[in-house]
Amino acid sequence: MPVAKSPPSFRRLFDDIGTVDAVGIEERVAKYGTRSVKKKAKVFGLRLAVTMVDLTTLEGKDTPGKVASLCAKALRPHDVGEIPPTAAVCVYPAMVRHAAKHVKGTAVRIASVATAFPSGQAPLKTRLAEVRAAVADGADEIDMVINRGAFLSGEFGLMQDEIAAVVEACGAATLKVILETSELETYDNIRAASFLAMRVIRPNDFIKTSTGKTSANATLGNNQVMLEAIRDHFLATGVPIAMKPAGGIRTAKQALTFLIAVKETMGDEWLNNGRYRFGASALLNDLVRQLEKERTGAYQAPWNFSEASEGY
Amino acid sequence: MSARLTITKTPKCYVGGAFIRSESGRVFELKDHKGEFFANVPLCSRKDLRNAVEAAAKAGPGWAKRTAFNRGQILYRVAEMIESRVEDMAGALMLGGVTKAAAMKEVVAAVERIVHYAGWTDKYEAMLGSVNPVASAHFNFTVTEPMGIIGVLAPDERPLLALVSLILPAITSGNCVVALASETQPYPAILLGEMLAVSDLPGGVVNLLTGKRAEMVPTFATHEHLRAISGAVNAEQRKALRLGAAESVKRVRLWKAEEAVDWESDAMEGLEEIRALVECKTTWHPVGG
Repeated sequence: MPVAKSPPSFRRLFDDIGTVDAVGIEERVAKYGTRSVKKKAKVFGLRLAVTMVDLTTLEGKDTPGKVASLCAKALRPHDVGEIPPTAAVCVYPAMVRHAAKHVKGTAVRIASVATAFPSGQAPLKTRLAEVRAAVADGADEIDMVINRGAFLSGEFGLMQDEIAAVVEACGAATLKVILETSELETYDNIRAASFLAMRVIRPNDFIKTSTGKTSANATLGNNQVMLEAIRDHFLATGVPIAMKPAGGIRTAKQALTFLIAVKETMGDEWLNNGRYRFGASALLNDLVRQLEKERTGAYQAPWNFSEASEGY
Repeated sequence: MSARLTITKTPKCYVGGAFIRSESGRVFELKDHKGEFFANVPLCSRKDLRNAVEAAAKAGPGWAKRTAFNRGQILYRVAEMIESRVEDMAGALMLGGVTKAAAMKEVVAAVERIVHYAGWTDKYEAMLGSVNPVASAHFNFTVTEPMGIIGVLAPDERPLLALVSLILPAITSGNCVVALASETQPYPAILLGEMLAVSDLPGGVVNLLTGKRAEMVPTFATHEHLRAISGAVNAEQRKALRLGAAESVKRVRLWKAEEAVDWESDAMEGLEEIRALVECKTTWHPVGG
């Protein structure tokens, strides 16, 4: 029986950008969790993480009212402790105009997923129209999904052309390209998809791990592969690309570990919300909870942070 | 056959249904009453307490939602599990120097106490709840609800009976417990954890830590997620607990560790102990509405 081979286009691409040492990546990221971040450094990291959150609600049951409270939370995450606002709120295109009422003119930007999120399985024309509509309604940032089907069948040209078309449709809005790492199967593919995307997007546009709608989301390993791709691309071309892990980052401890990965891979240049974001909903509350713990010295209860706890 | 190598046991704490070492990696030496080394016991830190509270918070809603009857069955099962290992538990108590007879007496008293509370689970509501007379066309009734997560600080003496007497009234009504075992005799609590693990009690409902009371009391006092503290501690610790509880608005129910508490007494069990750890909710409902 013939051995299944990757399409020739993959081999050419890997010759060009190199492959990933999966064991090396796993070993590398396992070390990040061992760093001891305490007191002042911890507060610095937690506050920085708050400013990097894209506070997200992407549910079928979203309402203008829910988006309004999300915006209020993004602008003022807690009533004491002078906690900074988050980077952005992230909503579906239909909710952009509702979010705009609350955060336009503030430090909080409006991000909107578009391009038939999360599957991307719609005609290109429809996807581009969705992007234009979201931008017209006031979205400052567009989170698009790549055509995974095209990528996996080796049609890189098609995948890149679609991204380029979305870049154009975005106008002045920042673009975030979601690779959906869990559907790309291997680290090699994640690196390849990162490079394909980075070659057609603009400086300070983002590549993003996942939609948060599949079982496997952002992991330290995926994050590391993508950060290293960004670093290699930056060293080769001088074009800085930003990064957004999304989905599955729920605790402050996890967020700090991701920031350590950024610091040790990219340096201080990437430690700001123009270059690094967290796509998350539950994370913000845990960050605020830990900041309150540092401020008061007492472990905090979840009900102090607008969290349902059933009395527990 | 050659002589067997000794298989020594690593005592571990029962938290969230799992057996854990302290996150700090610390242990302290446990010696028997003759001063001979017995085992290294986890020296839990404030972070272990935090983790145990998280585990309790996960288990809590499910435990509180179980029917009173089912909670009774489960508590009875806990008693059964101890009853089947009475000798082991008595051995653990004898490490502290009590006689076999005294140790057996304490184990039996602890089992009886659990059975006592197993009977209460579907009865206390009828005693504590009420239909209240009001001067309008409303039904007005009061029902109890569990408070949430209860911190328990066991005294040094009576390391099993006192611990059980403090834990049981809390979980009878659907609370969860994070308990710090006797500092001088933690081994019975370690063994209790092993027995709870094979009972039908859901993991996280009772979490048992071992360590130094003086080190843990400040965190018990200030942790906002704990809704009440129930324990027998010294004067200084009572003060710390009351101050912390005032800040975090929690209930305290404290016995004086410096005075002898008669844990075997009937006065140490029953409805009042359950009442101390529930919240009352009063509801108005229009008649015919």
